[in-house]
Amino acid sequence: MTAYRFAVNGAPVEVDVPGMRRLLDVLREDLALNGTKEGCGEGECGACTVLLDGSPVDSCLVPVCQVDGSAVLTVEGLAVAPTRPGQADGLDELQAAFLVTGGAQCGICTPGMLMAGRAYLDGGGGPDHDAIREAIAGNLCRCTGYTKIVEAIALAAVTNDGDAVR
Amino acid sequence: MPVEPPITSPRTLADAYAQLAEGPVTPIAGGTDLMVSLTGELGEPPERMLDLWHLDELRGIALDGDSLVLGALTTYTDLRRSSLCREHVPALVEAAATIGAAQIQNRGTIGGNAVNASPAGDTLPVLLALDATLVCGSVRGERDVPATAFWPGYRRTALAPDELLVRIRFPLVAGRASRFRKVGTRRAQSISKVVMALAYCAGTDGGLWTDVRLALGSVAPTPIRASATEAVLEGRPPIPAIAELAAETLAAELHPIDDVRSTAEYRRVVSARVLHRLIREAGGW
Repeated sequence: MTAYRFAVNGAPVEVDVPGMRRLLDVLREDLALNGTKEGCGEGECGACTVLLDGSPVDSCLVPVCQVDGSAVLTVEGLAVAPTRPGQADGLDELQAAFLVTGGAQCGICTPGMLMAGRAYLDGGGGPDHDAIREAIAGNLCRCTGYTKIVEAIALAAVTNDGDAVR
Repeated sequence: MPVEPPITSPRTLADAYAQLAEGPVTPIAGGTDLMVSLTGELGEPPERMLDLWHLDELRGIALDGDSLVLGALTTYTDLRRSSLCREHVPALVEAAATIGAAQIQNRGTIGGNAVNASPAGDTLPVLLALDATLVCGSVRGERDVPATAFWPGYRRTALAPDELLVRIRFPLVAGRASRFRKVGTRRAQSISKVVMALAYCAGTDGGLWTDVRLALGSVAPTPIRASATEAVLEGRPPIPAIAELAAETLAAELHPIDDVRSTAEYRRVVSARVLHRLIREAGGW
């Protein structure tokens, strides 16, 4: 086995695991970060979406050897300690928006939706519903019918004032 | 649990070639096809694997003389963001936009799509229609394989066991236009029922089409050119009578099968209608 070094949510990690282990399993089993969910395990549903060097990827399809030297952001990396008055529980603005619009039901898709939505917002995405729907086209939700998720991302796009920190 | 075969991550192409020359090893690029197959339930897993992801020699999009050259590790996202690709191979950019969604487009590569050799591979008809050349490399050197010879059979490629697909070359043809259409169950995350790419040069003299290339996926064991239909379109203008004749010819020329995604009859009828529509759009009527 080889030791692979990368960053998870800003902190350096080193794992000594088979290089073909899925990033999803490294996060959940080796690093005990259970926020990232496994839905289909074949790149269809997007539940396991994390940001790899800022871009959304299905962590079930990425072998950890390909993550060496990169930066991974998971749903655990979104919330931070409150930095200003009125920021609810240190949630990322997108997480807070999901609470406002009712964007989560059973919750399995939610971490992936949050990460795909975060990437969209980080890329300068605005509140346009069609653009949001394209950004989350790789994430399946069987509860909400998507409307409230799209509304959450649109709300965060409006409130995203650029100094959100994580 | 998925299986975890041993894997090495070479940092130079020469090192990768050397490992391929030593014996059976399965290369992996973006993993969007291969990772799905390593469930432990779909046959014997590879004994050893070779990680190509860190080989920057296989990246890059550049003009080289009268060609546009794409490294095999060019992702669908790279393609969509490339102004060179949008200018010179718009049908390929269109195809890339229909594959999976952001997560897949960020990892899946044009080289992987070609080497995976699925008859439903969405970029493969574009490679055929645009007369692409696939450059294969090994310790023995490099050789060019035209797209028409790269998929000799169902899920097979022209690559020797010790070879890698290193880059894909598209000739720049003055006046060439190209069109693409994919038919699936939904806009994102779907595998094609029919996928089609059409390329032609429209002359200034009344808009006669020359150098017509029509290629399809998901209608045969490999991506194919529809040569009888090409012959109908060659030297003719995109007018209603020609569109009708081309659609009829294509329906007669194709021999698709029923499978889990669609039926032979649907594929034949839809292929003909899609071609008719592409010709109508090109003709502006």
